[in-house]
Amino acid sequence: MIIRSCMAAALLLFMAPVAADTIAITHGTIVSLGKAGTLKDGMVLIKDGRIAAVGKDLAIPSGARIIDAGGHIVTPGLFASDSNLGATEVEGESSSDDAAGATDSLSAAFDVSLAINPASMLIPVARMGGVTSAVVTPSLTGRGAKKGDRLFAGQAAVIDLSGDAQSITLRHAALTVDVGSDAASHLGGSHASVLQLLEADLDEAASYGANRAGYEHGTHRPYHQSKEDLEALLPVLQGKEPLLVGVHRVADIRRVIDLGNRLGLKLILDGVEEGWMMAREIAAAGIPVLVDPQYDLPAQFDQLNARLENAAILAAAGVTVAIAPPYSGDYARQVRYNAGYAVAHGMKWEAGIAAITSTPAQIFGVGTRVGRLEPGLVADLVVWSGDPLEMLSLPEHVLIKGVEQTLTSRAQALARRYEIQDPQQPPAYRQ
Amino acid sequence: MKRSIAGLPLWAALAALSACATMPAPTPSSGPLESATAVAKDQPSYPGLDPASDRDPFPSSYRALPGGTIALVGATVLTGTGSQILSGTVILENGKISAVGKDLPLPPGALVIDARGKYVTPGIIDAHSHLGVYATPEVWANSDGNEATDPNTAQVWAEHSVWPQDPGFVRALEGGITTLEILPGSANLFGGRSVVLKTLPGRTVQDMKFPGAPYGVKMACGENPKRVYGGKGRSPSTRMGNVYGYRKSWIDAQDYRRRWDEYHKKLADFKAGKGDKAPDAPKRDLQLDTLMGVLDGSILVQNHCYRADEMAQMIAISHEFGFHISMFHHGSEAYKIADILKKEDICTATWGEWWGFKMESFDGIEENAALLQKAGACVVIHSDDAILTQHLPQEAAIALAAGRRLGINIDEAEAIKWVTANPAKAIGVLDRTGTLEPGKMADLVLWSADPFSVYALAEQVYIDGGLAYDRHDPAHQPLSDFELGQAGPAHPGDQP
Repeated sequence: MIIRSCMAAALLLFMAPVAADTIAITHGTIVSLGKAGTLKDGMVLIKDGRIAAVGKDLAIPSGARIIDAGGHIVTPGLFASDSNLGATEVEGESSSDDAAGATDSLSAAFDVSLAINPASMLIPVARMGGVTSAVVTPSLTGRGAKKGDRLFAGQAAVIDLSGDAQSITLRHAALTVDVGSDAASHLGGSHASVLQLLEADLDEAASYGANRAGYEHGTHRPYHQSKEDLEALLPVLQGKEPLLVGVHRVADIRRVIDLGNRLGLKLILDGVEEGWMMAREIAAAGIPVLVDPQYDLPAQFDQLNARLENAAILAAAGVTVAIAPPYSGDYARQVRYNAGYAVAHGMKWEAGIAAITSTPAQIFGVGTRVGRLEPGLVADLVVWSGDPLEMLSLPEHVLIKGVEQTLTSRAQALARRYEIQDPQQPPAYRQ
Repeated sequence: MKRSIAGLPLWAALAALSACATMPAPTPSSGPLESATAVAKDQPSYPGLDPASDRDPFPSSYRALPGGTIALVGATVLTGTGSQILSGTVILENGKISAVGKDLPLPPGALVIDARGKYVTPGIIDAHSHLGVYATPEVWANSDGNEATDPNTAQVWAEHSVWPQDPGFVRALEGGITTLEILPGSANLFGGRSVVLKTLPGRTVQDMKFPGAPYGVKMACGENPKRVYGGKGRSPSTRMGNVYGYRKSWIDAQDYRRRWDEYHKKLADFKAGKGDKAPDAPKRDLQLDTLMGVLDGSILVQNHCYRADEMAQMIAISHEFGFHISMFHHGSEAYKIADILKKEDICTATWGEWWGFKMESFDGIEENAALLQKAGACVVIHSDDAILTQHLPQEAAIALAAGRRLGINIDEAEAIKWVTANPAKAIGVLDRTGTLEPGKMADLVLWSADPFSVYALAEQVYIDGGLAYDRHDPAHQPLSDFELGQAGPAHPGDQP
């Protein structure tokens, strides 16, 4: 009996999720983060992979599959923002790590989306934690990274966690750069060198953009960046693509904001451990931030005043706050706990939910597609057994693009295999 | 024993020394301090040559904060013994827990803390910490956790690397941690001795040392030693090289132990008038002292080991040389051999959900702790991290939830042991702390909510009955020297 159910679970692992059909989520506490607000005993109707309606007492289309949420909370699917999910399988093994791929001639242009593996074994694990999207950001410091003096880690991508062939939601979601201590240590040795190189590279791209014909004919000033890198900087210079800047201490945050203002850049500040000390300035500048609320130690000299209340203070001052999980894709599912810790330290609960759903969707350019429960948006949502931010709550149903996902993974299969202690049967025969 | 031996002839001095040397080795629970103090008064001519002469050369100078008689009344009490008491009372007197129960009479003059709607647990114990040895800021100067110069550095002691001003100690206290085992890193097969500290801030590491706690020795399996030494072009560069390294070291240790035993026997004979020449003492070796401590049962093996197959090999080595492994640390695959770990009485310290960062952790599953618990094995949730140590009950909650998802229903009264009684057992201090029982050290936490909730905050932390931390009272919010005078307030709860 037990063995049979284990085999059934293992079979499910290899079965494709059922196709998108018409689904009615009923009797849910719908946290829509959209115009519908939060509805007790609400419904979400899903058709053709998209949300058709959110409300109370909606007419259920005939033939719809009904998921009775039993009063439980329904939220948009969670975002793992700033993650190597899908690009890195095992961080300790460089051959399985594609997140750090910048080279001397491929820095701003390095496009991590071309390395995304929808079949990554980490994706089902994250999905079981209610994560349905990830912002995959390239890195300069992974074990796969080549030594060098590259400034930009490359282009971030937004992916969904369906695991299917159309998992890439948005390429060129943001250009990733770091101006903190790590970058300073390998780029000239000073925070000043990093900022000067950043401005110089952007200036070079501006020159290139104004004189593309000259580039083709060789009548241009010398550029140290490749054509691909120069091209990749143009949407950033035009304020179309965000520049995701890893920045930590007050003085550097001010300099980055100033640079953004002077050049008309669309910025997202990443890390901002000392942001709480200048929350009003960041709010006034209208720049969103991406924070890991657990970071409360002076790990580097440029984050001496890190504290647990950072997210709460920033949000209270009116800053748009998105909350990230730890960078490693293994830990993508921690994102909801991170939001919980921010709430424990003063952030409003709804803001905590938004910080891992609608806010990252919006700041990474997919806010009209996912992140809220609103008609027309892609049906990525989770029905929770309790408060989504609590460790003791678990996803009961996870839908991505309107398709209910099987909540299993290789890790689950291992648990089921070894749940049975039968000396007569080697575990290898239990599948 | 009490007389001075200075100025006596060599044979007499050696005879006196033998009396010290043949004293029974202190067991982990019988307080090596007292015996060491007795020995120290009996100075040999050449102090420090016999490993048995002073087993506690860096004695604890820990002093508890003054604490009166305190009664926490009305909380849900998770005792760490498997019980949950609703509307319970916990009474602290003279630094110890004096009573735990329902509707207890309050001692006259007791300071009564209204704990209704809150939770009380034993002080949280993190059995795997590198605070102090890998302090923040994470700069070169503070990187003192791995003496990565030789695969066997059993001779180094973590306490000699601990920087008491590491801001992480205070953060850990704010997260409800009262006891930490500080370990050397895992670069080496034998990384050195661990030390057990209390999180009450001190000027010196001795001020923080848990009085009478036994030492541990850090051992490491798998990828780290072979990567570090293979990368230097020397052994071990493979797992088989690792096992050779362990066995060679235990042979050396057993031989060393034999030489000291023979010496002490000959010395006793000489003292009894047999023979005309006092025996020559073996040359003391600090590396082998530590390993000999394991073989005589006074030092606990704390073994970094991820993979089930490697744990089984370490167990075989422990049988070959006659010692016991107290705990496997990280133990990502412990669930695969839960029955063996139960039979061998070896604890597993693991995480709720850390996994996959390297091959040997790729089979790590959230259900690990629950599967071990189901098999009756000893489970510990540890951190190995200065951030995670601040959220240890929540990490246990992840493991608890995963177990429930699999149909293994473990209640919170049992699961709190994973971060209290069980780590206390594995590091050798369960007779003094780790549960809320009369006579134990009054190490406990008053939580704002269920400690397995993400919203739970430690409101008050008592160590030996003294109020070491109070979230609502700046007078009880310590700050490390490093963080003093900086621009931003580092106190939690202190909004600008």
